[in-house]
Amino acid sequence: MALLRYESQVRPALVEGDKDYHQVTEDICRPVEAKPTRAWWIGFIVSVLVLCFGILSVTIEVIYGTGQWNLNKTVGWGWDITNFVWWIGIGHAGTLISAILLLFRQGWRTGVNRAAEAMTIFAVMCAGQFPIWHMGRVWNAFFVLPYPNTRGPLWVNFNSPLLWDVFAISTYFTVSLLFWYAGLLPDLATLRDRAKKKWRKLFYGVAAFGWTGSTKHWQRHEALSLVLAGLSTPLVLSVHTIVSFDFATSVVPGWHTTIFPPYFVAGAIFSGFAMVQTLLVVTRKVLGLQEYITIEHIEVMNKIIVLTGSIVGIAYLTELFISWYGVNEYENFAFMQNRLNLFSPYGWSYWIMMGCNVLSPQIFWFRKMRRNLVLTFFMSILINIGMWFERFVIIVTSVYRDYLPSAWSTYYRPTIWEVGFYMGTFGLFFTCYFLFSKFFPVIALAEIKHILKKNGENYKEKMDEIEHETTEEFGQKHGHDHGA
Amino acid sequence: MAVKKFVTGNFYDEAVLFPAVKKVRREGYKIHEIFTPFPIHGLDKAMGLRDTSLHTAGFIYGITGTATAVGFITWALTVDWQLNFGGKPYFSLPAWIPIAFELTVLFASVGMVLTFCYLCQLAPFVKKDHFNLRSTDDTFVMALECTEKTNEAEALNFLKSLGAAEVQVQYKETSWWLGRYDKDTKIFERKSELVQS
Repeated sequence: MALLRYESQVRPALVEGDKDYHQVTEDICRPVEAKPTRAWWIGFIVSVLVLCFGILSVTIEVIYGTGQWNLNKTVGWGWDITNFVWWIGIGHAGTLISAILLLFRQGWRTGVNRAAEAMTIFAVMCAGQFPIWHMGRVWNAFFVLPYPNTRGPLWVNFNSPLLWDVFAISTYFTVSLLFWYAGLLPDLATLRDRAKKKWRKLFYGVAAFGWTGSTKHWQRHEALSLVLAGLSTPLVLSVHTIVSFDFATSVVPGWHTTIFPPYFVAGAIFSGFAMVQTLLVVTRKVLGLQEYITIEHIEVMNKIIVLTGSIVGIAYLTELFISWYGVNEYENFAFMQNRLNLFSPYGWSYWIMMGCNVLSPQIFWFRKMRRNLVLTFFMSILINIGMWFERFVIIVTSVYRDYLPSAWSTYYRPTIWEVGFYMGTFGLFFTCYFLFSKFFPVIALAEIKHILKKNGENYKEKMDEIEHETTEEFGQKHGHDHGA
Repeated sequence: MAVKKFVTGNFYDEAVLFPAVKKVRREGYKIHEIFTPFPIHGLDKAMGLRDTSLHTAGFIYGITGTATAVGFITWALTVDWQLNFGGKPYFSLPAWIPIAFELTVLFASVGMVLTFCYLCQLAPFVKKDHFNLRSTDDTFVMALECTEKTNEAEALNFLKSLGAAEVQVQYKETSWWLGRYDKDTKIFERKSELVQS
């Protein structure tokens, strides 16, 4: 029988401890059903305060215009577009875990996919803020949509990568949200059926959409998940490809590069996994979910980090090689002088990027390091910093010295409101994440139950018996009795 | 609102459920539904349910998205308002691939999710009965629909002999309704006769 299929005993268990289905429900619902802890309140309030500062920064920018930012004649994209690309990149890990790893049948994704998908959605929400508020006259933001207007109608430029971005990011957000919520429905139904308080019955009753878990529902749900995964897989690759087109289709030295799409996608997955690590190392500890998000999960993700980090490293070196090997003197200058030269005005940022993204992840070649939680957390922060600098390097070092040396004297540094806007998106992100971790199960309940008999520690130990038993005998012997 | 009579068996293990499904069908009972806390591969086949055609619907939505994007952009840039971008042809298909792709994905996903919700009758505030609250937690509930010919006691004993840990006769609302489970009709809290055998 398929569900009792033999699975290699060499592979470590994905769910540790002596669990049965009911215990899984209890463990994962506990943080949702318990009263919020003091740590939760502190974290939540701090996030909201930071969000408020962000709102203030944006308000000031809207009232006084983008002049409140230190953007200048050649650096028209400063922190805001850096932050946009950074957040969008972070938003790639969730869909990678939930879609690509679903297609590759990676069982370990079940422990981390729900939280990673939530992170994706919040990160895309944060990312979307930057291009919108960067428009300056934000009340005209709807001009980016192709709608019949009184100007002719004059349509938007469908040949422009900036418009492709509008479609790519809004599609990505919508599809991620649908995928995430479709997956949540069965788990919300579990919470609904366990609810004791009136407001919980109402809240989860509404949120679960009347899910019953009938076989027909599950059959359609499986079909939906599979097709959405199949659609999201090229989608996730296309989104960062299109973001990279914002740069690559221009003729600016340093941007006009054909390797941008794969290089951006690898970087996005790299930074996304780093953010997943940052969140999950803390979440599993605070919510006591170490048996579901095990050290194995952390290790596997660290392997992906070292892989994608090295791909990014190869991309950096390829860029340098081509700028040296090619004959374009402007491109050569952009790479050799504006970036590689440590003593150029922004040379420091290039070397921070190299150190954080290429050198530091190499430590994950060692198994002991991959399984070290403190180091993992530290590295995840380092990588996030490094990936922020990657976008900063790409944007600022390519444009701060243009073809007119007379324009070179201005040194771009952000104002407090630019920084405040960036901080504000952290507030938004963590406010959402705190709410999510309080009101929704951070681990996909149904999916964990689905893999439990193949990958649960207590079931794996019995694998030898299964080999020699008929399924009916096994069922009689190991059926959970729940005291009945 | 049609309230029907059902005989339900609550199974504690899917390995027991599977052979039971086959035997129940062989005996000629009508399986109303089986409620499980997670998807069990092959159960739909065992129950004799037909495959879902949600994939086909998704494909059609996707094609619609592609056609919408290519058709609309072609009309807008070659017929309605021709703009010369760097001397390139008005009909510059390669530059439209990104948007065509995004709309394909968008239409397919949104369409499929809406179709899924429609087929399963899922929406906010909608309620449906699933016979046993534990079926979203850890047990597998098989509901047999009773017809005039059904001998309840026999059906109950039969389920019990197949390994069902609890068997009951329940009167349930089969369609969806709005509101709460436990208000007015008390459908969800109605105590059913627990048969001791």
